[in-house]
Amino acid sequence: MNNRLLKFASIGKKVTMGLAGLFLILFLLVHLGINLTLIRNDEGEWFRAASGFMGSNYLVKVFEIVLGAALLLHMILGVILWFENRMSRPVRYFRTNRSDTSFLSKYMFHTGVVIAVFLVIHFINFYFVKLGIVDPPPGVDTHDFYTMARLLFTNPVYSAIYIVALILMGFHLNHSFQSAFQTLGLNHNRYYTLIKRMALVYAVVVAAGFILIPVFYLIKY
Amino acid sequence: MDLTLKIWRQKNATDRGGILTYKVTGVSPDSSFFEMLDMLNQQLIEGNQEPVAFDHDCREGICGTCSLFINGRPHGPKRGITTCQLHMRSFSNGDTIYIEPWRARAFPVIKDLIVDRGAFDKIIQAGGYVSVNTGGIPDANAIPVPKFNAERSMDAAACIGCGACVASCANASAMLFVSAKIAQFDYLPQGKVETTRRVQAMVQAMDALGFGNCSNMYACEAECPKEISIANIALMNRNFLKAKVCAEKEG
Ligand code: FES
Repeated sequence: MNNRLLKFASIGKKVTMGLAGLFLILFLLVHLGINLTLIRNDEGEWFRAASGFMGSNYLVKVFEIVLGAALLLHMILGVILWFENRMSRPVRYFRTNRSDTSFLSKYMFHTGVVIAVFLVIHFINFYFVKLGIVDPPPGVDTHDFYTMARLLFTNPVYSAIYIVALILMGFHLNHSFQSAFQTLGLNHNRYYTLIKRMALVYAVVVAAGFILIPVFYLIKY
Repeated sequence: MDLTLKIWRQKNATDRGGILTYKVTGVSPDSSFFEMLDMLNQQLIEGNQEPVAFDHDCREGICGTCSLFINGRPHGPKRGITTCQLHMRSFSNGDTIYIEPWRARAFPVIKDLIVDRGAFDKIIQAGGYVSVNTGGIPDANAIPVPKFNAERSMDAAACIGCGACVASCANASAMLFVSAKIAQFDYLPQGKVETTRRVQAMVQAMDALGFGNCSNMYACEAECPKEISIANIALMNRNFLKAKVCAEKEG
């Protein structure tokens, strides 16, 4: 047992976590693409079509299982690594570390927890409704995600929570993007600057893209 | 200069230890940090007290023995130097200076500011060497080494194994050290032949000794007195992956 655990080395765990993370990074782009149809002035025609496709296509169903597995793996490994890392310094410094590190990298675990909490809310609002675990809001059909989204985004409290969570997710994404490439060993002078720039662009586009939607709804309604 | 020193004192490995406050006066800004500590120790000896134990040897930044965590940073406030290269002009009159030992599960405190860095030796023993057969002296130029590789290898070989990377890392990870010791050989044809075996053995030793997992914060690179690049960690990671995924199984 001990031997087996040892074989799954630190780098093995990190690489698995990074790969799962990269998969989630790709998925977020798809999710963003679908959500952006919400700001089309078509009473949800495109959004209904897109979410209908996502809910019925068999390929997407397989993809959904892989996605869930990647998410779980990413979270479980994140927690394991965090505990191991805390254990590796049982006596802490009197004067806390002032080393020059990127501010965000220190809070990956914390922003990760915020995202996990937000995901629970998100699942209760949408995914669990689809699965039939949670009832949809009164008067709304189980498959009418457009109306559910519109109800939520016109609620200023929900929108505020949504925006804060998404900003924190942007921070998480910015560090994680370049972190994944470093862990996979793809970081050297050929890629270094490129990856850093791509990380920033990706994080800003995804966070700003998602935030655009509640802002749009709050202004419009 | 007059200074207040807050120093970690611990009688032995099992003692609980704690921070004690000392005053030193009349320190020259031109003196080194260690000369300042020597002054303090002289004072303590004259007062019949136990002097502060700290590691030092060459006092010129090449041996990697010195190891002090000063005001929240390994080797003090300046970049690219060891504690023995630190001078009092980097501080101001009236300053309070915190001096602590390296903190990591793999580096237990032996006394005061001295820690046991034997864990690094164990990692080296696991694979941080090149196997050489005895025999006639080989021709120095028989195996061509590109200049780029020679330089990268030398950059990695600049690591003096002081442990500042572990001390500064929020996870007490030894990845910068281990990767430097792998990279210095991997860039050279004589060392490359053993990379597959070396990288697996050294990573396994590192994990077993209780160092943490790198989470890519890069404090190590910022604090390394020899400014070893984290690109070495990426090199180690890809060699480890290659060894586990692409390489044939030996034996
Ligand atoms: S005493 Fe040798 S490097 Fe500082």
